[in-house]
Amino acid sequence: MPENMPETLLTTVPAGWAVLAGMILCALAFFAAALDSALSARAEGAGRGGWLAPAWSTARLLRQRRRTVVAADTLLLRVGAAGMLGGSFLMVAVIPFGRWTLADLDVGVVWFNTVDVMVWALVWLAGWGANSVHGLVGGYRFLAHGLAYELPLMFALVAPAIAAGSLRVSDVAGAQDRLWFAVWMPVAFVIFLVGVTGFSVWGPFAAALGADVAGGVLAELSGVDRLVLQAGRYAFLAAGAAFSVPLFLGGGAGPFLPEWAWVVVKTVAVLAVLVWLRRKLPVFRPDRFLEIGWVVLLPAAVAQDLVVSLVVVWKG
Amino acid sequence: MVAAIVFWGLAVVAVAAGVAVFVVDSMARATYALALSFIAVGALIILLQQSYLGVITILMMVMEMAVMAVYMVMFMGMNPALMPMDMTHGKKTAIGASAGVFVLLASGALLIPWPERRGVPAEDITNALGLEIMGEKMLVMAVVGPVMVATIVSGVVLAAGRTRYDRLGDDLRRRPADDPQPGGVGR
Repeated sequence: MPENMPETLLTTVPAGWAVLAGMILCALAFFAAALDSALSARAEGAGRGGWLAPAWSTARLLRQRRRTVVAADTLLLRVGAAGMLGGSFLMVAVIPFGRWTLADLDVGVVWFNTVDVMVWALVWLAGWGANSVHGLVGGYRFLAHGLAYELPLMFALVAPAIAAGSLRVSDVAGAQDRLWFAVWMPVAFVIFLVGVTGFSVWGPFAAALGADVAGGVLAELSGVDRLVLQAGRYAFLAAGAAFSVPLFLGGGAGPFLPEWAWVVVKTVAVLAVLVWLRRKLPVFRPDRFLEIGWVVLLPAAVAQDLVVSLVVVWKG
Repeated sequence: MVAAIVFWGLAVVAVAAGVAVFVVDSMARATYALALSFIAVGALIILLQQSYLGVITILMMVMEMAVMAVYMVMFMGMNPALMPMDMTHGKKTAIGASAGVFVLLASGALLIPWPERRGVPAEDITNALGLEIMGEKMLVMAVVGPVMVATIVSGVVLAAGRTRYDRLGDDLRRRPADDPQPGGVGR
């Protein structure tokens, strides 16, 4: 509760440090992509290689000449593709990095939610703008997934905010000095991770990019457009994993290492699990998952909020 | 000074994007021009230090426009939404009504004697706003919520062509249910 919370020693750094934050996010996104291709290489029996594959495909896509189909809405297409990369940077702006933060926004949790809702628009715009039926089908597949994961995610975000009595991300991290929220609100934590996977169009939620619709949203994307959209997916996955640290995993708390190092360690751990899970889970069909989202996940998230509220009231 | 520049920048974006809604020839562009206009308005609200209201405005409006894109293609006959089309109709009435409303609001804003500020802003504005909106009206809000949900549910029930007897048979014992679109839970 706010009154018996430890004194927060959070420094808001000047805006110039956003460059460093962006570089850290890019490094995490590259780690996710490299880990995924290394796991792919191992699964295909190609040995231990694959770690540098994302670097080669980045170089290839940077050199590739962009092509578009007739009557493509390139403005919307580029807004969608580039917005995926840009949006992930907006998301990390409110995450405390140890003792430092770029923006100590008093409604940081809602900010996170707003940026993840932006992905609804961005993926659909990229799918629509290409003027291809595959892209359009992919865009609508994503919206169907969004309708299923977004409300459970919103209610999962409510739980830590109620327990901390604040929407400020640093307050939520500071309220976990005894027990991590991931431990006593596991349902909210799992649904949060489902949401992160969802807005990153990752793993089970990659139906929008499915091979059965010739790559869906990615079908007509080439060159830099394809690069920024793909990089944006990994960056969103990294940003979501990083946000789980102050929200559920105690922020920078931990022995021996400095706070910022613990933030990095926890983020990398969550990110690695999310990347690893891609090969373990099937793609959720959007029409099927809609019912799972509304009949299973949403009531579970609301029940979790009720439990958390009762605990907060009981503890006074 | 900086605040004034940001305010005018955002105001221009909000109005220009609002105009673009009627000028562009594509449903997708019109939809997201409206979203951009609302994002600028949300940022203006943040500029007024109402962070919660500003951020939630952006959240709601972007989500709303994305959902509108679903209905746009789903319900438009012959899918003109996929083709270039004029974004205006009933022009004379619409222009007359909007010009009248603009004159009314603008003259109100210019002619009214604006009150002086009394007191100071609350420490935690989001909290104060929540108490102001919900505090004494909590009972009303708590009643209105279920009524709205009941309205939505009964609206869907009245509109739906199929009933539980179509799903579960005359004795309501058929399992699994006969659905044109099977769900993921297997009810």
